Amino acid sequence: MTSQVSSPAEQADATVVGEQRKPSGDKEVRRLDRVIIRFAGDSGDGMQLTGDRFTSETASFGNDLSTLPNFPAEIRAPAGTLPGVSSFQLHFADHDILTPGDAPNVLVAMNPAALKANIADVPRGAEIIVNTDEFSKRAMAKVGYETSPLEDNSLDGYNVHPVPLTTLTVEALKEYDLSRKDAGRSKNMFALGLLSWMYHRPTEGTEQFLRQKFAKKPDIAEANIAAYRAGWNFGETTEDFAVSYEVAPAAKAFPTGTYRNISGNLALSYGLVAAGQQADLPLYLGSYPITPASDILHELSKHKNFGVRTFQAEDEIAGIGAALGAAFGGSLAVTTTSGPGVALKSETIGLAVSLELPLLVIDIQRGGPSTGLPTKTEQADLLQAMYGRNGEAPVPIVAPKTPADCFDAALEAARIALTYRTPVFLLSDGYLANGSEPWRIPEVDELPDLRTQFAHGPNHTTEDGTEVFWPYKRDPQTLARPWAIPGTPGLEHRIGGIEKQDGTGNISYDPANHDFMVRTRQAKVDGITVPDLEVDDPATASPPNTGTGDPEGAGVLVLGWGSTYGPITAAVRRLRTAGERIAQAHLRHLNPLPRNLGDVLARYDKVVVPEMNLGQLATLLRAKYLVDARSYNQVNGMPFKAEQLAKALKEAIDD
Amino acid sequence: MTDAGNGLLHLVPKAEAKQSMKDFKSDQEVRWCPGCGDYAVLAAVQGFMPELGLAKENIVFVSGIGCSSRFPYYMNTYGMHSIHGRAPAIATGLASSRRDLSVWVVTGDGDALSIGGNHLIHALRRNVNLKILLFNNRIYGLTKGQYSPTSEVGKITKSTPMGSLDAPFNPVSLAIGAEASFVARTVDSDRKHLTEVLRQAADHPGTALVEIYQNCNIFNDGAFEVLKDKQQAEEAVIRLEHGQPIRFGVEQAKGVIRDSLTGDLQIVDVTEDNQSQILVHDAHSASPTTAFALSRLADPDTLHHTPIGVLRDIDRPVYDTQMSDQLDAAVERDGKGDLAALLAGGDTWTVAG
Repeated sequence: MTSQVSSPAEQADATVVGEQRKPSGDKEVRRLDRVIIRFAGDSGDGMQLTGDRFTSETASFGNDLSTLPNFPAEIRAPAGTLPGVSSFQLHFADHDILTPGDAPNVLVAMNPAALKANIADVPRGAEIIVNTDEFSKRAMAKVGYETSPLEDNSLDGYNVHPVPLTTLTVEALKEYDLSRKDAGRSKNMFALGLLSWMYHRPTEGTEQFLRQKFAKKPDIAEANIAAYRAGWNFGETTEDFAVSYEVAPAAKAFPTGTYRNISGNLALSYGLVAAGQQADLPLYLGSYPITPASDILHELSKHKNFGVRTFQAEDEIAGIGAALGAAFGGSLAVTTTSGPGVALKSETIGLAVSLELPLLVIDIQRGGPSTGLPTKTEQADLLQAMYGRNGEAPVPIVAPKTPADCFDAALEAARIALTYRTPVFLLSDGYLANGSEPWRIPEVDELPDLRTQFAHGPNHTTEDGTEVFWPYKRDPQTLARPWAIPGTPGLEHRIGGIEKQDGTGNISYDPANHDFMVRTRQAKVDGITVPDLEVDDPATASPPNTGTGDPEGAGVLVLGWGSTYGPITAAVRRLRTAGERIAQAHLRHLNPLPRNLGDVLARYDKVVVPEMNLGQLATLLRAKYLVDARSYNQVNGMPFKAEQLAKALKEAIDD
Repeated sequence: MTDAGNGLLHLVPKAEAKQSMKDFKSDQEVRWCPGCGDYAVLAAVQGFMPELGLAKENIVFVSGIGCSSRFPYYMNTYGMHSIHGRAPAIATGLASSRRDLSVWVVTGDGDALSIGGNHLIHALRRNVNLKILLFNNRIYGLTKGQYSPTSEVGKITKSTPMGSLDAPFNPVSLAIGAEASFVARTVDSDRKHLTEVLRQAADHPGTALVEIYQNCNIFNDGAFEVLKDKQQAEEAVIRLEHGQPIRFGVEQAKGVIRDSLTGDLQIVDVTEDNQSQILVHDAHSASPTTAFALSRLADPDTLHHTPIGVLRDIDRPVYDTQMSDQLDAAVERDGKGDLAALLAGGDTWTVAG
């Protein structure tokens, strides 16, 4: 998902752009520009691993790609049931793409539940590979199939490949000293091998991966590799699979550079490590495990050789408390969580607002309210981040727009926190966290310099000429207060959550002082420098729309924030390919909003705001700019589909 | 690496010049009620600090919410007056990231045992290098007189006009149960005893919990009178000293022995026959059993047979030391972190221009 590269519109169906014979075999090879595959099975079938491996093969091949893992909150839901289905969708292409795709071209269904749970998303004409071994009468009855879908013509119009995956895997592993049950567990690797053959994926990476993963159990490693190869050979030899496909590398879609595939949580973790290095401060994470944020805790705990301290606290409150204590001591302090954790941390965030210490609060949003949908995505914490505290407690907010962008967003959040001495929210979500895409690896010298100065001496002269240190004497430009860390002689001072006198920081209940301090804290956040909002409007070359119905310009602006960037951009491309005029802009900074946002909004007749909530950004925009922003909302735990968004935007254009 | 015996104070820079009590008084007006026991504790702490001889910029007092939590404002060191119950968590982050600091937590019975109970027990089990001063006045003072988690059952307060129903915590028992490596109890008005306990706490590597019985003369006046009145105290207070037989009462006529059948502790009149069975206090015993049993001798209603002094003081790995050791071990194993190498890890491919 390289974001700024122009490319053909994303089409609803894969297009055959050429045909050729594969030189080594006697089967037909077709060339495609893009493919969407969904692996689906039981929670215990290893679908996430299978998807991850296919993704790695695809990344190393050089396709552009975007992924959507989708799994239940239960670790092992009852086997063979609909709630237990786990899936992994991967979209890969020879050009720049933006989303994991709306509708799979290929569904791999490891059992009847996986077929039943996913078939509605799969358009007729698509290929379906089913593991027939699992289609027993009992297993089908469990999910409500009275007759076998493989035999009752309900799959007419699909290109169904019935494959006894389990039997073939067990057969392939008969030379290994494994029970039938254990051998059968490698069926996901058989399926991966088959799909790798079908799409000409490189295989060395997966074999290497399996050897490494099972380094302590070489027999298991070899059995998995054997299953993987058997799957590949099965594709090569069986007549049922007459065609294989090539999707060329997306070389033209990418700027030059070295790339890797990266998920949002990994990019975010690396962004935090990089921020610590660029600020020349030790990184301190105080955190409590919570889906879908825990992977950041896991990742950062691996990087102790960067001086990264990770503290798994007794609860969410202690996680942020420890981080705030470390911030007082001069660390770049971070706490990671999801929505329910933010609710628990709110009082401490308020304290950080009052103490004016740098602190990153990373919220990987998930479905709410309450426990909600822990493994599904949502953007419904915006107003919680914006307003969810007692008193006037403004907190800057930044949001990444793609998985790889989580890296840059972490650096930006750290810049604001360190420059303005304030807690900062970073709002990612489950879709960004677990989804992945190619990332151009930056050179370290391209990264921003985040170094900051601790206070080292007196900063104020009293009326009698004494040099003193005032912990709340502000920088006139940024309104930031000095960061005086313990261990600095002569700067001993006390801070706390009680209102402070301007300058001295001493306790003050004076009404006028409180009014001044409330307004000053707000002014500090309002004054944070953020880049102007860029608008992608093809009509800007011609005279800009004046709001008077200029027929040359776009009348509709679609404005998003966070992880909706991919689907919105894909929808906008579809519309433009179809000849429609539409302008697009995407917010990285939600607080403060870019200075030019009011002007931008005023330029368009209609502003449409798609969000995975019930209209939280739209509410902010309507309140601040008195603009009639139209909400387009979806809160089903899944990202928008490009086609559906395109339809909604078309309606706005035509309205 | 072991921290045994040095209290980790060697990691904290020393003061260049000799200090006095005055050096530790801040310019802030002390705003406790006249006659509050907190004044005595503040004076004892300010008086004791010069003895440590630490650079005062390397000393930090962290507190929560409550009367006692105003304490940091009055110390001329670094300080943070945080939010209700969270001081141990905040101090954990500070102490574990800055081993060159001497970090003290000041808290009360409501702050530490009600709203902040979770943070207290976890700090104790981790053995973070913190010195926790728990001011126990058995009442909520700052909210004007509701019963606290250490109030005796049946206490009549503003929120319990017919008497409180909750069984109280014994903070010392709780701390021993939470794997504390150092647990002591002292009394606000006994400056000498308080100072001696502070001395031992400061010297202890890891978390030290010091419960200080503190009089709230407004809402719970005289709560500890039985321990303070000279005559009553002789029968009520059991002074513990490591290595000494546990005896108390007029002319040390009473003592503590172990019941050979139940293993429990009993108070007996000392006689020639049982004199040899009087328990000798061992604060360094690896097993917490006897320390716990001692903590249970006190009657929660009358406070008779209240042990004071250091109940437990053992060496156990310190969290911040181990955290720091892991960072060192990671550097030794993997080399110092190289950002460019980290970012370029995993499977990569190159797009040429």
